[in-house]
Amino acid sequence: MSEPLLQVENLKKYYPINGGKFGSVSETVRAVDGVSFTVNEGETLGIVGESGCGKSTTGRMIMRLIEPTEGKIIFQNRNIMELTKREMRKARKDIQMIFQDPFASLNPRHTVGHIIEEPMIVHHMGDKRQRQKRVEELLELVGLSSYHAKRYPHQFSGGQRQRIGIARALAVRPKVIIADEPVSALDVSVQSQVLNLLKDLQKKFNLTFIFIAHDLSVVRHISDRVGVMYLGKVVELSESENLYNDPKHPYTKALLSAVPIPDPDIKTERIILEGDVPSPAHPPAGCAFHDRCPVAMDICSIEQPHLKTLDDGRLVSCHLYN
Amino acid sequence: MDETLLKVEGLQTSFFTDDGEVPAVDGIDFSVHEGEILGIVGESGCGKSVTSLSIMGLLPSPPGKIVGGHIYYKGEDISRAKESRMRKLRGNDIAMIFQEPMTSLNPVFTIGEQLMEAIRLHNHLSKKEQVERSIELLKLVGLPRAKELLAEYPHELSGGMRQRVMIAMAMSCNPKVLIADEPTTALDVTIQAQILDLMVKLNKETHTAIIMITHDLGVVAQMCHRVVVMYAGKIVEEGPVKEIFSHPNHPYTEGLIKSIPDLHGKKDNLYTIKGSVPRPGSIAKGCLFAPRCEFVMDKCRVNAPELSGSVHKSRCFLHQEQGRKEVHT
Amino acid sequence: MFYYSIKRLLMLIPVLLGMTLIVFAIIHAIPGNPALTILGTKATPEAIHSLNRSLGLDNPWYVQYFSYLKDILSGNLGTSIQTHAPIASEIWPHLAATIELSFIAMIIAVFVGINAGIISAWKQNSFLDYTAMILALIGVSMPVFWLGLLEQWGFSIKLQWLPSIGRDDIRNGVDPITNLYLIDTLLRGRLDQFWMVIRHLILPAIALATIPTAIIARMTRSSMLEVLKSDYIRTAKAKGQRMVWIVYKYALKNAFIPILTVIGLQTGLLLGGAILTETIFGWPGVGLYIYNAIQYRDYPVIQSGILIIAFIFVMVNFIVDLLYGLFDPRIKYR
Repeated sequence: MSEPLLQVENLKKYYPINGGKFGSVSETVRAVDGVSFTVNEGETLGIVGESGCGKSTTGRMIMRLIEPTEGKIIFQNRNIMELTKREMRKARKDIQMIFQDPFASLNPRHTVGHIIEEPMIVHHMGDKRQRQKRVEELLELVGLSSYHAKRYPHQFSGGQRQRIGIARALAVRPKVIIADEPVSALDVSVQSQVLNLLKDLQKKFNLTFIFIAHDLSVVRHISDRVGVMYLGKVVELSESENLYNDPKHPYTKALLSAVPIPDPDIKTERIILEGDVPSPAHPPAGCAFHDRCPVAMDICSIEQPHLKTLDDGRLVSCHLYN
Repeated sequence: MDETLLKVEGLQTSFFTDDGEVPAVDGIDFSVHEGEILGIVGESGCGKSVTSLSIMGLLPSPPGKIVGGHIYYKGEDISRAKESRMRKLRGNDIAMIFQEPMTSLNPVFTIGEQLMEAIRLHNHLSKKEQVERSIELLKLVGLPRAKELLAEYPHELSGGMRQRVMIAMAMSCNPKVLIADEPTTALDVTIQAQILDLMVKLNKETHTAIIMITHDLGVVAQMCHRVVVMYAGKIVEEGPVKEIFSHPNHPYTEGLIKSIPDLHGKKDNLYTIKGSVPRPGSIAKGCLFAPRCEFVMDKCRVNAPELSGSVHKSRCFLHQEQGRKEVHT
Repeated sequence: MFYYSIKRLLMLIPVLLGMTLIVFAIIHAIPGNPALTILGTKATPEAIHSLNRSLGLDNPWYVQYFSYLKDILSGNLGTSIQTHAPIASEIWPHLAATIELSFIAMIIAVFVGINAGIISAWKQNSFLDYTAMILALIGVSMPVFWLGLLEQWGFSIKLQWLPSIGRDDIRNGVDPITNLYLIDTLLRGRLDQFWMVIRHLILPAIALATIPTAIIARMTRSSMLEVLKSDYIRTAKAKGQRMVWIVYKYALKNAFIPILTVIGLQTGLLLGGAILTETIFGWPGVGLYIYNAIQYRDYPVIQSGILIIAFIFVMVNFIVDLLYGLFDPRIKYR
């Protein structure tokens, strides 16, 4: 349970923006700016944050779907960043991804059976008969029926399509699954079905999840540990219980208080943040959050805080805890 | 109770497609009173957005059409009103804001042009007064640099700011009713909090009634006074927010509330409603929720229950029977 | 915007250079010896050789090209083999005739095309929409020469409403100043002649406008359909705005970028592609000028004519590029 399976160190992704008078590179967007974390075998690490905080980019970089600008990704004691293309293809078998849009991520011209079988073909797993048997198993596993294999994606509802996406990801028996907003396109009643399914599968196969989402309640439900990102950086990373019951970083506090609670009797004291998330091309000096922070101090606009380990083992990047 | 502003009676709206008539809204009744915030909640395809477009007379037509029922605004039936009459009401008496602030503003006109147009359409003001009113509105919705904003284009603003501009535009003629169709769904949670806060504030200050259309029960719980729960084109439950959340009568409402993951406590498994939302018109008889209901009885599959109750109404045999038993014992 | 204009202008240089090279290459790839054409088939090889030398035709191609480039830059387009007149001065009246005709044709095409497209999109799937789109289909498929002949037969010969040939009456010729007759007649205060020039313009302009009208109408329709579905149109309706206003003010400005592109391309094509129309209507434009030059193998004239048309084409599209920003503030000029 506490064996670090995946380790991300100082991961960065900078995008140059063409601009200036004659198309010269004038600035860089720091989409992800030095993110580090570890994920233990069998656990779920949740990553939350608002749009543009770099959470999806981080997920994609672990798969090397986006090439990182800098940083290390150590998976099973090997740095993924140093793998050749061929070795990387092999490594992808162990790390699979589930995407947000169950409509866009399934090829509409292929049968569901073919969609699920394809990753097995790519990784040369079994013969035709074995693969087809596995497709049927997988369909049953995610709560569909084996006869669904002959149908096409458009014949399924959103929730069913997400199940197909999950079956496809499981096909090659991965160790890690990166789920990027897997339930945010789904209706509430279907969302809970998919969340339960993911949890059951994790128990059954000892899967490790990196669960990326903007919905704090969903992340809490599924995660053992949670990292909160703001403008390309992790601002707080902690056991899920600690983070939700006693958030330390002012941004985490504000984020949690902003969630409307589905109970009219609970009126939480809302911390309403002023303004918008600044552009990652022009992050404020010092702490990136200081211009919206309700408890900002003088030092916050000058010096960048670093992740510090607190007594309860959590990491916080805030001058308040220095 | 305050004066009834808007009354929807037996509204039926259908879409006429190549596959035949699809009843998106199938006989709904509700009313909106002055100064209240009414939530209409439901999942995708339940007909909540079609309801709002029917009220505004903005159904994409063809294929959409109101095939039955009435919509009364201050006693006047507007469900079949002439376009010229609707134009006078839209923006002036009933205003609307939409889900996508990124695409709801015209990208090639400045904020000022769009705001002043909304003012000009229903008021005779001089150019100078229009500018003043615009600045006043932008300040009302909490936008800084109001004067400079007038000359800026939508793409220069963030999503949250654009939604504020949309609200300013909607409030420009002091409407009696503001219909907000998923106004915060496309926004981040901290920005959502800002916008919801603003809407509650506007409701208190201007006494504008708000119809809040959303899929998010959290939004309903935090800002609405009354709520209408829709499922597959019908209202399944209606009542005061506190009542509905503490004693949901309909198994669908109950299931919805229970299937939301809790922010302040951890359950091992979430409650789930089995199956998925039926396509409109796909269930011919019986209760529309029967195939997914865990309390389903034999008669649910044959007869459709009526919406019953006085303040807290629901459309379920279960509750009606229990209610009857309570009366008898 | 200023920097962008300069950048785009600088980018035009290689385009224009490439253009001259291609024109130069094509003309030289065409079989047929100009010296032979000038001197006639009975010329002696010595005479041909000496003429080739005096014309510079015996030099290697790159020497010929650079001397050609030098001439163009100094405004010297060479002399016509046929008339021995300098081409630069000879070509202008023809160019003016073509510009005038194309301009009027384009005004018709833009006005009719955009309105037809708008109405088609607005009243989608209605009788009006179908009629407009069938007419547009006929418009793009109708051969211009056939339409031209049809017009002449109907309006000049049968009805005798309009003249069928030329820019003006031979007996009542316009005294040119700029060679743009509409302007010249006004400058001279000859309203009767102004009217005459318009009467001469109508038939060829309509023939020339047919294809661009149809193409603009189709592009406007598809672009408008897209825009009319968008959220901000719904917002405008929710404000209580009138549909006419929404369509012509709100939607058109958004839909205009692709329409503008088409207008630019069509204008370029009209200026160069008027040969058929000019031949049929005896319009003394640049098309007719080049047509005659081709028959005579008058290389310098062909070269210059094509070069000028290509130049205009490039410039029109350059202007269109700059105009985009007027219609869409999101287009940033960097």
